Amino acid sequence: MENCYINGIGCISAQRSFEKDYLIEPIVYSEENILKVVKPNYKDYISPAAVRRMSSGVKNGIVASTMAINDAQIESPGAIITGTGMGCMQDSEKFLNNLINHDEEYLTPTSFIQSTHNTVGGQVALGLKCKAYNFTYVNTGVSFESALLDGLMQVENQGGQNILVGGIDELADHTSKLYKLIEHTKSDDDVPYDIVNKRTKGSISGEGAAFFVLDKEKTANSYCKLADVKFVNNLEASNLETFVTDFLASNDLIASDLDAILLGNNGDIEFDSYYDQSELLFGGAAILYYKHLFGEFMTSSSIAVSLGSDILRIQSIPGALFKNEVSHPKGEIKNLLIYNQYRGKDHSLILLKNV
Amino acid sequence: MSNRVAITGIGIISSIGMDLEENLNSLKNSRHGISKIEHIDTKLKDKILVGEIKKTNQELESILKLPQKNSWSRTSMIGAIAALEAINNAGIDVKDDADIGFINATTVGGMDMTERYFYDFIDNPENRRYIQSHDAGNNTHNICDYIGLNGFVTTISTACSSAANAIMLGARMISSGRLDKVIVGGTDALSKFTMNGFNTLMILSDTYNTPFDEKRKGLNLGEGAAYLVLESEQSYKKRSKQPIAYVSGYANANDAFHQTASSENGEGAFLAMKKAFEVAELSPKDIDYINVHGTATPNNDLSEGRAIINIYESSDKVPEFSSTKPFTGHTLAAAASIEAVFSIFALREGLIFPNLNFKNKMKEFDLTPVTELEYKEVNTILSNSFGFGGNCSSLIFTKSH
Repeated sequence: MENCYINGIGCISAQRSFEKDYLIEPIVYSEENILKVVKPNYKDYISPAAVRRMSSGVKNGIVASTMAINDAQIESPGAIITGTGMGCMQDSEKFLNNLINHDEEYLTPTSFIQSTHNTVGGQVALGLKCKAYNFTYVNTGVSFESALLDGLMQVENQGGQNILVGGIDELADHTSKLYKLIEHTKSDDDVPYDIVNKRTKGSISGEGAAFFVLDKEKTANSYCKLADVKFVNNLEASNLETFVTDFLASNDLIASDLDAILLGNNGDIEFDSYYDQSELLFGGAAILYYKHLFGEFMTSSSIAVSLGSDILRIQSIPGALFKNEVSHPKGEIKNLLIYNQYRGKDHSLILLKNV
Repeated sequence: MSNRVAITGIGIISSIGMDLEENLNSLKNSRHGISKIEHIDTKLKDKILVGEIKKTNQELESILKLPQKNSWSRTSMIGAIAALEAINNAGIDVKDDADIGFINATTVGGMDMTERYFYDFIDNPENRRYIQSHDAGNNTHNICDYIGLNGFVTTISTACSSAANAIMLGARMISSGRLDKVIVGGTDALSKFTMNGFNTLMILSDTYNTPFDEKRKGLNLGEGAAYLVLESEQSYKKRSKQPIAYVSGYANANDAFHQTASSENGEGAFLAMKKAFEVAELSPKDIDYINVHGTATPNNDLSEGRAIINIYESSDKVPEFSSTKPFTGHTLAAAASIEAVFSIFALREGLIFPNLNFKNKMKEFDLTPVTELEYKEVNTILSNSFGFGGNCSSLIFTKSH
């Protein structure tokens, strides 16, 4: 079995994540319950005609994947694997809007074509003329984790090289309205938002795209080792400890071996108790969170992998990520665990190791 | 044969039958399921034919005994019916098994409900429970909760090849030792969204679809669901279960040509078939029958036919083949698992199902599909599935002796 290294990263998010050291002075959000991405200069990556035609998710996916490929200094990936919870919602809404408001008349194919879940995977392949394996996962809170596991299996079991893996979700206006109606997004009345100290129903909604190049060879640019990924659809709170300790044991670790834990806290009063409980399992580790800066979306754990990879490579944790008081680990940061769940379902663990 | 993975259970629902037996009977008697649409109010009603399951949502709800106020899409309901049959067919108990997974495939997810209530949701709190059924994963979660499966669960959406990719991932999960058993397949219900989408692409036929025919006019959309239970050797031996067939080869490649059209020579299709043979450690001449993707669009059949001829080097070496889409219509994310079940029927019963409606050979090449039901021993089948985004997948099924 081969090792799997993360050798390149590209990330578009509600922070200026296309720049180096962007978390030294992060954008602080407290008045917004919907966080849109900070737009990169799309025209540096995509032709102006395509910039006009493509939805933001497709554009962000293309930019983030190009950044990851450039960062890893590779030509063409050995596979393209994407995850998206909601898929291409903007084009889905456009087509639905025409369908409903024009009573099935005057429809054009463009938004239908661009509404399919594998649009980003297909477009990235098309742009790179890459004929390799191309999969898209769409399982709510573990859409990205599924893609990451597939990538890990490609490298570990099949000796795959330069596997491109990414998570993408985009906000769309009407759908955002609907998610507010059913309180998946925090109410406008809950302002100002503070996901640690003021838990209310729902989360702060976000969007983003993060891509990674996975490979069996360690390079000068390697961020860390992707050691393992595991997820389950349902998990009783009482089984959380076993879920975590079994996962650690299968990687020859115990809880005290972990130096940092990146948790998916989103301030949802109904489901954040899972994170409270998980914190109790890790005595000495630095407890980190990130959704106050990036928002919640079905593939937001792709942002966590990008943050965790950066932390392991530079061996330093940005102050804005500490959930409680800032307390840097004393020695080397060796093992970093990411725990996420989505509205009480789709629990996932991702283990990153220093190289 | 190191990569082969056992199939120990199957389940299906389609426009030609509510279960395995009905589907097999329809196939044996050349009884297709293509008709005018009854259950969706659409302007396309008199313009297109579809492969519709002739049960209303209320009838499906009562088959599943769902509570009256549920938030299930039609996609979830037909998926649960087929998944349940696959589990019973395999004789496994899902609830007490931590090493069983579920890999679903869908393209529409809960779009049938979203398109019904999209703007109505704002004023009508009653229907808001359907808002969260839109996302694909929610449909998979419904099915898993219904069958009581807690464990590894994911969903694939790569357009018309989705279920082939679910089967492929399942086989890889078993052969890498990550799972003992996994339920794999796909489900898609008809929706106005997809019917109108395909209509704008001008690839829907106004009559019965005729794959690989010179005069083919396009596809009939269909709905359905099918699942296979894949199992490791250690697992089925432990419970003294005989496999019904094997998944022996699988591969996915990308055409990287166009977002919706296939390249003229079907390069992605060629690569997928070639790699599937490598995984199976078989050569093209080992194949007794090809269940082609054969959607009856001008583009697909030309591209697929050329790719197959390239694999076999000349058209006279191509084995017997047929598309079963004239029976069911093109069921999108379910197509590859429905056709996998048909392939398992072919292996088990020694049958080759006809490519209904075929009359005229295409002028571009000398390929004639099987047009009458044939009784003969079938040991190895190649099954193709291609989708938007250049997504091309091939699977190889072999008989259990």
